[in-house]
Amino acid sequence: MSTMTSNGYLENLVQSWQRPPAASSNWLDQLRANAMESVGTLRMPTTGDEEWRFTDISPLNRLPYPAAYPTAELSLSAGEPYYLAETAHRLVFVDGQFAPELSSIGDTTGIVVGSLSSLMATHGEKIAHKLGNLAEYRNDIFTALNTAFLRDSACIIVPQHVSETAPIHLLFIANQKAVTSYPRCLVIAESGSKVRILEDYIGTEKDAYVTNTVVEMSLGSNAHVEHIRVQRDNQQAFHIGNCTVSLAPASQYHSISITLGAFISRYNLNILLNGEGAECTADGLALISDQQLADTHTFIDHVKPHGKSRQLHKCIVDGMAHGVFNGKIMVRPHAQQTDSSQLSRNLLLTNKARVDTKPQLEIFANDVKCAHGATVGQLDKEEIFYLQSRGLSDLAARNLLTYAFGGEVIDRISIPSLKKQLEGIVLARTQIS
Amino acid sequence: MIEQNSRTLLEVQDLHANVNGIEILKGVNLTIKSGEIHAIMGLNGSGKSTFAKVLAGHPAYEVTAGTILFNGQDLFDLKPEERARAGVFLAFQYPIEIPGVANNQFLRLAYNTVQSQRGKEELDPLEFDDFVREKMKLLEMNPDFLDRSVNEGFSGGEKKRNEILQMALLEPMLAILDETDSGLDIDALRIVANGVNQLANKDNAIILVTHYQRLLDYIVPDYVHVMEAGRIIKTSGKELAKELEARGYDWINAKSHHNATGVQV
Repeated sequence: MSTMTSNGYLENLVQSWQRPPAASSNWLDQLRANAMESVGTLRMPTTGDEEWRFTDISPLNRLPYPAAYPTAELSLSAGEPYYLAETAHRLVFVDGQFAPELSSIGDTTGIVVGSLSSLMATHGEKIAHKLGNLAEYRNDIFTALNTAFLRDSACIIVPQHVSETAPIHLLFIANQKAVTSYPRCLVIAESGSKVRILEDYIGTEKDAYVTNTVVEMSLGSNAHVEHIRVQRDNQQAFHIGNCTVSLAPASQYHSISITLGAFISRYNLNILLNGEGAECTADGLALISDQQLADTHTFIDHVKPHGKSRQLHKCIVDGMAHGVFNGKIMVRPHAQQTDSSQLSRNLLLTNKARVDTKPQLEIFANDVKCAHGATVGQLDKEEIFYLQSRGLSDLAARNLLTYAFGGEVIDRISIPSLKKQLEGIVLARTQIS
Repeated sequence: MIEQNSRTLLEVQDLHANVNGIEILKGVNLTIKSGEIHAIMGLNGSGKSTFAKVLAGHPAYEVTAGTILFNGQDLFDLKPEERARAGVFLAFQYPIEIPGVANNQFLRLAYNTVQSQRGKEELDPLEFDDFVREKMKLLEMNPDFLDRSVNEGFSGGEKKRNEILQMALLEPMLAILDETDSGLDIDALRIVANGVNQLANKDNAIILVTHYQRLLDYIVPDYVHVMEAGRIIKTSGKELAKELEARGYDWINAKSHHNATGVQV
């Protein structure tokens, strides 16, 4: 296959786009058309762009995969190993398309859960108000592409003071090779509501495909959202994810992002603390090997006073893999009494493994508490000796410490069966015998 | 306690050791018999903590001369984990925090590893839970400590209690307590000392490495050694600690020719 320029790549991608009828007054058609217009003004990023300095996505230019249409058959059992006992609702999307036969929507008294197409008639207005408004498509090519190709979306609306205690599982299955899928998700947590979302990406294919996903979450005042994200695409896949979260006063957003899959992955998490006293945690673990590249970019924007943010991001990098973390924390002039801490810890398991970590603090208020730190290294010799002095062999000590390094993040996951699954994966990937 | 029928557990002869190429131990001689409690005192930098770490086999310390026999076996033939299994235990001055590993998981792993190497029965999680809770009473530890990550967020006193709990589980023949008293308030000190006293018996031996006499009010040693510049320069009974407290280490320096270990100074 010949190397294609980034413009050639976009041109190819756009060919699979279908223009909505010119006279359509449908807001969704309008949104898609606007986004496509933005695509025309944007270009693919290169390592010359500051935000993409460490992540070379040029291999993506060689994969101008058309948008996926549901063609391939998927056996009903394909997603079963990933189903979780604790979930109240499960929405399954195959190649970006809602798959009702694989989904399981439980008791929806008081809560709205479903696909965009099924909710359009009943909740269109609420959805139209938020969809595409949080995720800025005018200056991000991937968000623009996702929005232009938006056909369906997972939609969750939790009305005021409703509390859904069991998690809602959004399972995105990539089931075709050589296609691009555009999963989308919208969460509206109205004031005083409470919800737990699991956003989960898997692949049934062994060959390359592209996932370009966008999530928007809007939290009303005092709302409480827990967001767990697990990216376990196959090792050939390209995964680009964007998530934008907006927090009203005294709301709380707690997120844990686990990155295991994809050949090249990039996750942008933007958290806007737009209300006074809003709080967030943004933890992450990337566990990668071979030639994988996993890039996590987070932006925590303290706009109003008395905000609080906590972040622990970890990378365990094996083989020749490359981990990237860029954590920007902005404290705007009015965001007095902000309390923020960020820690990036990185473990390199081989001499060829690589990590680039960049904490970025921009503080424009004068009465704030902000702490950040970053470490990159191999296992601590004192820790190994401590375990040896308790009878563990050198190897057992190393295995335990490597596992524990990831375990610290996994431990924070509140869904027991998922936690157990992930513990098993971390254990299998960190143990040398 | 000095016993009639005791056997020699540790025999250190002319031990020299380097850290980063600098000689820290310059000819340590020490013999310890079962049932005995020895205190090693000295100023910071005298080499007492280095001695403790060399006994446990810390890889950063290079032994350049001398011999150590532990229970008749050449200690230098054993890796740190083999020393632990053979019955050497070091309570760390600064116990390591291990976020992500639950304390009970760690304690059981250490216990079962050592048990199986000694040809003894391992315990499953339920059995171990009962066993460890019983041992924790010895140190007046809250069972909550089992579910927390190893030493993470523990206070200084809690970490030291966790060290002695490990000693209680692993039942060493020779326990080396490196500045176990540092950072402890008086209540914690009493609890830790009480635990150690209950673990001491006629078949094991304990080395207390300490800067201050305070600990020795609670754990009464049979011998007190004073270390300086990498050697033991004076050995005496427990009254020596009191004298050091009253007169300071300078007093020893002035009289160091009265060295009891036979080393020429």
